[in-house]
Amino acid sequence: MSEPTKAAAPSGRAATKKELPEHFRGYKHVWVFVEQERGQVHTVSWELMGAGRKLADKLKVDLAAVVIGPEGEATRQAANEAFCYGADLVYVVADNLLADYRNESYTKALTDVVNTYKPEILLLGATTLGRDLAGSVATTLLTGLTADCTALDVDADGSLAATRPTFGGSLMCTIYTLNYRPQMATVRPRVMQMPERLARDPGRIVMHPLGLVEDDIVTKVLSFLPDRESAKSNLAYADVVVAGGLGLGSPENFQLVRQLASVLGAEYGCSRPLVQKGWVTSDRQIGQTGKTIRPKLYIAAGISGAIQHRVGVEGADLIVAINTDKNAPIFDFAHVGIITDAIRLLPALTEAFRARLSPHSRDRIAS
Amino acid sequence: MHIVVCIKQVPDSAQIRVHPVTNTIMRQGVPTIINPYDLFALEAALELRDKFGGEVTVLTMGPPSAEDSLRKALTYGADRAVLLTDRFFAGADTLATTYALATAIRKIGETYGAPDIIFTGKQTIDGDTAQVGPGVAKRLGLLQLTYVARIGALDLVGRTIEAERRSEGGVQILRTRLPCLISMLERAHRQVERAGCRGRGHLEMRAARLADYRQAGVRAVAPRGEGGADRFRRSAAGGSADRGHFQAAAQARSRARGAGARVLTGYLREAVR
Repeated sequence: MSEPTKAAAPSGRAATKKELPEHFRGYKHVWVFVEQERGQVHTVSWELMGAGRKLADKLKVDLAAVVIGPEGEATRQAANEAFCYGADLVYVVADNLLADYRNESYTKALTDVVNTYKPEILLLGATTLGRDLAGSVATTLLTGLTADCTALDVDADGSLAATRPTFGGSLMCTIYTLNYRPQMATVRPRVMQMPERLARDPGRIVMHPLGLVEDDIVTKVLSFLPDRESAKSNLAYADVVVAGGLGLGSPENFQLVRQLASVLGAEYGCSRPLVQKGWVTSDRQIGQTGKTIRPKLYIAAGISGAIQHRVGVEGADLIVAINTDKNAPIFDFAHVGIITDAIRLLPALTEAFRARLSPHSRDRIAS
Repeated sequence: MHIVVCIKQVPDSAQIRVHPVTNTIMRQGVPTIINPYDLFALEAALELRDKFGGEVTVLTMGPPSAEDSLRKALTYGADRAVLLTDRFFAGADTLATTYALATAIRKIGETYGAPDIIFTGKQTIDGDTAQVGPGVAKRLGLLQLTYVARIGALDLVGRTIEAERRSEGGVQILRTRLPCLISMLERAHRQVERAGCRGRGHLEMRAARLADYRQAGVRAVAPRGEGGADRFRRSAAGGSADRGHFQAAAQARSRARGAGARVLTGYLREAVR
């Protein structure tokens, strides 16, 4: 990784730029992998459709969705929905062997469709499923893959410019896959804006066979334990989030964060050290290695605001930071800073909000 | 049983600061650590070895200074450490990195016995892509289990392993065949550093093995001149991802500090009073 030098940048790229090899010239159109698990399409797929639509329009090509799943209603429904989010056509691999996500079968399905219909750009969500799949597919196709992009654009010459944060978000790098196709990228949930859903009739659907039997797939799913609805954190999509950090001092004090969140109808979260200490489960972690959040209101209690945390919360409309250390980096990017001990302030806030908010108006604050 | 654990030496990102004026990263003097997620992988590997017997080989690719991380891994209890270092590897993207690591693992397999399991962390804290593990598995033709929270039954005779894999909406209990690659998720309590003393008694012997390895001329497992390196070079130049140019991002912080903020400030002041 070189230090950023503006002058060197264009020449560096020009030096690696070659004519696209003949056999890649036929690769056209933008694709989005539509991720579904147990009949549920992950929202990140529609967010990517929004981003993919813009790329396709710039390139004047089609936007296609790829839906992989079991035969039946859920997969058909996902394909139909894709048109409502801007797809011009949808590729479907429907086979009951695809009921559960397994790396082998999904890699084969996606790789086969890519090799048959040859897209120039392939986007996937950076979820556990998407990251598992993207790495395998890119290595099978021997093409470049840019993970966790925050911006996608098309250059004057039509190459995909995939921008991602590096070194914890303080430096952005734009990455090109110039000589190989497809150009692959993953994007984390909530990074791209959710496009408007337009009621549209289903268009052209292209079915592609999986071409596997169960015996071909070594890995077996013994069982699936869905998360309990109550325990499932909806952190990434919450409108109000309250989070705590090491400044809380003890695991018992984390209760104060939960209590305020409960009064506000908010989700609660934490910074990485708390997960590493085992105070809070990792699905509550906010930041670079946890969840990216974009709430309307974010209250950070006892969080110093290291870069890793900052990149996960910068999308919040209003950041309120509570910290005893007036030099804490969180005050560099919070909109409201309160220099005090969160352990004392949190209960006061909880009481104040409880007094002000009737059960009725509690819904309003979150909407 | 032979287990290979891939680790990476990374800058301790908790200590990275951004220059207040230029808004670029200040890397001078930032200490390096073993990628924290890799420690969970190492821990899982050591647990399996302690239970079933066998050896744990730790592999890293990086500059010569990455030897520090290997030495640390040896004190934690690993049996052997391999450093893959060559200037060819500088600036390698994920595709090139997976090629180098896969080549090294093949070579380790030839020398010390084919690995039954390869462990990685779920991702690094500097690159953060989570793509190297799946890539290595694919290149070695291995099955992969990513985001594993817990290892279940391991049957060395029947050559199967069960694991709990985290998915978006729940936990998959999977069974697959050995050999395979497993990327480990973090756990609530990491023991491996605290248990570091268990390796200390054998440090000398183990450190000697590291030295042996180097004396045997395989410090770079795919050194220049070998067929592997040639192909590696092509791969690195071809997969041009990460070879693009970098641009400093002036992080615009033009957020509305409007009415909403003022109202809330007032409200909070009132609440504190």
